[in-house]
Amino acid sequence: MALTEQEILAGLGKIINEITGIPAAEVTPEKSFVDDLDIDSLSMVEIAVAAQDEFGVEIPDDQLKNLKTVKDVINFIQS
Amino acid sequence: MSKDRVRVVVTGLGATTPVGGDVASSWSALLEGRSGIKTLTEDWVDTVPVKFAGPAAVDPATVIPRPEARRLDRAEQFALIAAREAWKDAGSPEVDPDRLGVVVGSGIGGITTILSAYDTFREKGWQRLSPFTVPMLMPNGPAGWIGLEFGATAGVHATVSACATGGEAVGYAIDMIRSGRADVVIAGGTEAAIHPLNIASFAAMRAMSTRNDEPERASRPFDKNRDGFVLGEGAGILVLESYEHAVARGARIYAEAAGVGYSADAHHIAQPEPSGEGVKKAIRRMLADSGLTGDDIKHVNAHATSTPAGDVVETVAIAETIGPHPLVTSTKSLTGHLLGGAGGIETVFTVKALHERIVPATANIDDLDDGVKVDVVYGEPRKLPEGRIAAVNNSFGFGGHNVAVAFVTL
Repeated sequence: MALTEQEILAGLGKIINEITGIPAAEVTPEKSFVDDLDIDSLSMVEIAVAAQDEFGVEIPDDQLKNLKTVKDVINFIQS
Repeated sequence: MSKDRVRVVVTGLGATTPVGGDVASSWSALLEGRSGIKTLTEDWVDTVPVKFAGPAAVDPATVIPRPEARRLDRAEQFALIAAREAWKDAGSPEVDPDRLGVVVGSGIGGITTILSAYDTFREKGWQRLSPFTVPMLMPNGPAGWIGLEFGATAGVHATVSACATGGEAVGYAIDMIRSGRADVVIAGGTEAAIHPLNIASFAAMRAMSTRNDEPERASRPFDKNRDGFVLGEGAGILVLESYEHAVARGARIYAEAAGVGYSADAHHIAQPEPSGEGVKKAIRRMLADSGLTGDDIKHVNAHATSTPAGDVVETVAIAETIGPHPLVTSTKSLTGHLLGGAGGIETVFTVKALHERIVPATANIDDLDDGVKVDVVYGEPRKLPEGRIAAVNNSFGFGGHNVAVAFVTL
């Protein structure tokens, strides 16, 4: 059963809030992790590991660096 | 005293200790004789012979937001809390980043991070380690985070000399300002080592008190029945500044940091040199560096950790170099021993004592050791005289490190 974009977005919002303190409501699909949310590469690693637990989808390091926006992560998890 | 040397002053104080979450509450606890030592309730206490310690009076988790806290070792959390207080206390000075430095050390570094990360690694694998594991465990982490927070680019350093760490950090900061490398330096020490492995390891050295039935009475420097130190945690941080810089911005000045003396025992890796020769050298070098005489010094915050070996020898060294007259206290009787944090909080207390002209009493002295050669303050706090007076903080560490730092009223 595939998760909807809304479900993934809600899960990511929770994870990103937990790790960075950014309010979940600010985590919207068009946001860039680096430019908009000011998330550094170490925190991205934490987010990827937490997302793996939450959604059961492994994000390999070589894929992670291509995921620039929240939407990119949602697409990756849905694929 | 050399005339053209840069004068260094103290303009900010910060601390989080077993007796209070800031300087004001810690200081009033010391004056009221309130102990921060308590029985530990963690599951692991059954595995160690020492079942008490001095945990921080205010849990850093209640001060630092969780997203920030999860990437900081507990020692880094203490250091940041104390540094923020000291910086605010100094009036949040406007300073050119290239003229701002940091010298903050810890005795052991991020030991609880190391141990819990190793558990995570073994149980769940490398992928589950926090990507912040390395910056959390490195002993220069506290200095690095403080440097980041305040944008210090003159240089960020971490002294590591066991229980002399905080004192040496303050000394290094004085040298940094005198040598012209910085106008303002944030300096001190931090430690978060209340963990069964540390307690077991210190207990294996037979260095800790085992007075499990009376934890508040266990840290008793200078008392005949002292049986070892009591572990505490927290941080003490000062803002040091060139006199010129402080005056130019109209800062409140607590005291002048008049000088520092260092020595090393070269005797034994953990035992104090029995004649106190190393301590005497550090004090004499401090006198020479500061231009102060023994008579100027009216108060000493002693290193005195409540171990049978160290306390009395220190008083002999003070009496021989400074004289028998200074009011000597060991605030460790109430805070326990913060290891790398000790020199930080005790420097803060030395400056407070000088500024408020009162010396907190050493707690738990029922029977003063006959070998004590100085005027130890116990029972009640005692007042310091009016006029220009000086006070000294002593800090010594495993490895044979000795440091004495002198402060003088302006």
